[in-house]
Amino acid sequence: MSTDFYREGAPALDTKAPAGPIAERWEKRRFSGRLVNPANRRKLRVIVVGTGLAGASAAATLGELGYRVANYCFQDSSRRAHSIAAQGGINAAKNYRNDGDSVHRLFYDTVKGGDFRSRESNVHRLAEVSTEIIDQCVAQGVPFAREYGGLLDNRSFGGAQVSRTFYARGQTGQQLLLGAYQALQRQVAAGTVDLHTRHEMLELIIVEGKARGIVVRDLVTGEISTELADAVVLATGGYGNVYFLSTNAMGCNVTAGWRAHRKGAYFANPCYTQIHPTCIPQSGEHQSKLTLMSESLRNDGRVWVPKKKGDDRHPADIPEDERDYYLERRYPAFGNLVPRDIASRAAKVVCDEGHGVGPGGLGVYLDFAGAIERLGKKAVEAKYGNLFDMYERITGENPYERPMRIYPAVHYTMGGLWVDYDLSSNIPGLFVTGEANFSDHGANRLGASALMQGLSDGYFVLPNTISDYLADGPFDALDETHEDVVAARKDVDDRISFFLNNDGDRTVDSFHRELGKIMWEYCGMERTDEGLRKAIGLIRGLKEEFYRRVKVTGKAEALNQELEKAGRVADFLELGELMCIDALHRTESCGGHFRAESQTEDGEAKRDDDNFSYVAAWEYGEDAPVLHKEALEFEYVKPTQRSYK
Amino acid sequence: MKLSLRIWRQPDAQAPGEMVSYEIDEVSEDASFLEMLDVLNERLISEGDDPVAFDHDCREGICGACSLVIDGQPHGPQAATTTCQLHMRKFKDGDSIDIEPYRAGAFPVIKDLVVDRSAFDRIIQAGGYISAPTGTAPDAHAVPIPKQDADAAFSAAACIGCGACVAACPNGSGMLFMGAKVTHLSLMPQGQPERATRVLGMVAAHDDAGFGGCTNTGECAAACPKEIGLDVIGKLNRDFRKAAVRAA
Ligand SMILES: Cc1cc2nc3c(=O)[nH]c(=O)nc-3n(C[C@H](O)[C@H](O)[C@H](O)COP(=O)(O)OP(=O)(O)OC[C@H]3O[C@@H](n4cnc5c(N)ncnc54)[C@H](O)[C@@H]3O)c2cc1C
Ligand code: SF4
Ligand code: FES
Repeated sequence: MSTDFYREGAPALDTKAPAGPIAERWEKRRFSGRLVNPANRRKLRVIVVGTGLAGASAAATLGELGYRVANYCFQDSSRRAHSIAAQGGINAAKNYRNDGDSVHRLFYDTVKGGDFRSRESNVHRLAEVSTEIIDQCVAQGVPFAREYGGLLDNRSFGGAQVSRTFYARGQTGQQLLLGAYQALQRQVAAGTVDLHTRHEMLELIIVEGKARGIVVRDLVTGEISTELADAVVLATGGYGNVYFLSTNAMGCNVTAGWRAHRKGAYFANPCYTQIHPTCIPQSGEHQSKLTLMSESLRNDGRVWVPKKKGDDRHPADIPEDERDYYLERRYPAFGNLVPRDIASRAAKVVCDEGHGVGPGGLGVYLDFAGAIERLGKKAVEAKYGNLFDMYERITGENPYERPMRIYPAVHYTMGGLWVDYDLSSNIPGLFVTGEANFSDHGANRLGASALMQGLSDGYFVLPNTISDYLADGPFDALDETHEDVVAARKDVDDRISFFLNNDGDRTVDSFHRELGKIMWEYCGMERTDEGLRKAIGLIRGLKEEFYRRVKVTGKAEALNQELEKAGRVADFLELGELMCIDALHRTESCGGHFRAESQTEDGEAKRDDDNFSYVAAWEYGEDAPVLHKEALEFEYVKPTQRSYK
Repeated sequence: MKLSLRIWRQPDAQAPGEMVSYEIDEVSEDASFLEMLDVLNERLISEGDDPVAFDHDCREGICGACSLVIDGQPHGPQAATTTCQLHMRKFKDGDSIDIEPYRAGAFPVIKDLVVDRSAFDRIIQAGGYISAPTGTAPDAHAVPIPKQDADAAFSAAACIGCGACVAACPNGSGMLFMGAKVTHLSLMPQGQPERATRVLGMVAAHDDAGFGGCTNTGECAAACPKEIGLDVIGKLNRDFRKAAVRAA
């Protein structure tokens, strides 16, 4: 065990999940939780950081309930949160298709898909609540796809055997977020929510052990201020941008979560990263982000590479028998539809062996020639026209005539701040929702489940569980002169003045790119003991260099995008190290975490349930992080090895 | 390729601005327009200059954050394409390109190419929603919606709130944006109860925010990256007239 990098602390965190039959637990918790009477809600202030699906839904709902809400985002409008970019759809166990779906089946699929590394109680609740989400969104006017009879359409997504995915063309996230955004704006008009756009949370304020506020910077004027409250909710999204290149929006970052972690909040399973198999490959050094091509393309496209290494013929000139349809060859039962983690790793294997296509040999073909022949160009265009246009805009190549080139890219982070069944972190009064927390997806997230989780947390779970905590409030009045508030603010001022006064000569982005390369190389699709140790050393060196050489232009009291990025990259550097330590300590393979040392004879991921059936919750330590284990129990879905052969 | 850029530089909302020239070399034709600006900014920082500020986030054409007026056109020369999805292969070696912020009374400049579009949020606050407090919804299948209505509502709802329509309009009108939302919600059965109050509230907020009136130039729809059509303005006007008569 690599105890030189971390220490092990007390195990068994209290998850507060009620016992008893799993289908009754959520009901039981809702009944046992204390309520706040409507007249008292007005006296309680709640801060919600984030306006994505998880944040906007929570802020709007808490406002409707009568709490006084302060809501923050760094974009110029709350409608621009990264959730807007989700394409494919949202799952719900409605069983409108009568194809055998049920709450229990969605629960089962999600626990299995997560490779048995999530908490059964939470996942079951998610599956239960999923049906209410669709009702809620339809009532808000979300224009889901419909059939000719006027009822909602469903599709099967991400290899699921039932059709339970609701969608709005390729823009499901946009439409769901606009529904939540509009509900939120309604509360802004009603005066229950104070919305602060272009503001960034830079520190958490803890007083007497409770989360009581945040320090924020106004990104337009540069003014630093504090917001005090009875509880703080972080709905700040995922941290895939630690890899620099990912499908996330440019602004996605870990700062809110990391600042809370440094103040005592546990960070769980940081190394669980989802790498999506179908993204447009990198085209050059100027690349700033990677673009996802919807997973649905694998329903009709066939994935292949040339059998000959380094074959640079035009794909049309490569005859059938010189092509390797490697997914169909290795996984005859699922073929091109194997889950994301498996498809991604298989692409890496063929490219590492020298069969990759396009710049740097980092790409595989996704070929629609067969589909066009079978269905006709018109039908293919009707299904995928938008995506084909987007591909052409970005690459300049026409996918009707030449197979698409795709390569895996970082897409989603299953890890995040540790929360209990109530979505409370281990710091009283600090709640975490959406992609920012670690719950529900285990080591691998299924397609169309992130939108479901964000809205479940925000509309239905948090508004119920937070009242149990707020029932003890309002807490002692605080003001800006409290020593803990002053100290938190000073930390922020000091960090800002450090960056602006540093006599450096390297841009923030150059550090971010370098960190991203290290993370991708050693903590990406395949991880090894040796590589992770090397990465930790490299990141430590890079961090030291960052503080010595980073150059930030401009002033503190103005819009300063370099300063914003500098703070985010500083936190990514620390997170990156923790991710590598987490990946190093978990010597098994599971879900998105593939350790080369732990594989079956035919190269598949091998879990080690005897030793790793736990959540790794990390406590911040100045010298080394401290590991706390939350044991996972499986009463309803018995762990098995996943097989897609 | 090699390009000559002229970019609007303005230190803050109060200060005067000016066009400043930059030469940039070795631009890859595979780079996006914003990646080209990233490369320029890296150079400016290394030389100790303030980088050019511009809004952006998703870089996938969906969040509506990117803006820019490129050679006089909001989102540049490619039809139905946001600035972040515009790629340099649409330009030629040796081109000179003018890059300016949106110019509209309701969208004041904050810095360089960044403008304040919060007036759009205020229009939505004034009625651009359906009141459906969490937990009160009937089953999603309780009210079937004809497919053609749902599809038409979706097309209007595809608006990304980027504001190009306002920047393109000689009057700085926000009618296309507002029409898109009114059309979306009034096509849904759930949107009917508030149909009249919605349109009256939104139009009043639009006028208060300093957007101009519509004189049917059609520039807005031509600039819209999501191809929102002028018909939504017709629908907005019809709903408005009906509601105003009833309110009178
Ligand atoms: C391209 C793409 C496609 C996807 N498609 C699907 C799909 O089809 N189905 C699916 O289920 N999932 C999908 N996902 C995943 C899903 O979109 C996300 O996991 C989910 O939307 C995250 O929502 P969120 O509310 O947790 O966070 P976000 O939407 O990322 O919101 C974060 C919010 O926090 C704010 N914020 C962050 N830090 C700070 C700070 N320090 N101060 C102030 N504000 C801050 C931001 O401004 C923002 O408002 C996709 C993801 C990507 C990248
Ligand atoms: S109508 Fe078009 S141009 Fe106007 S804000 Fe919406 S997407 Fe942008
Ligand atoms: S950056 Fe999101 S639309 Fe251009």
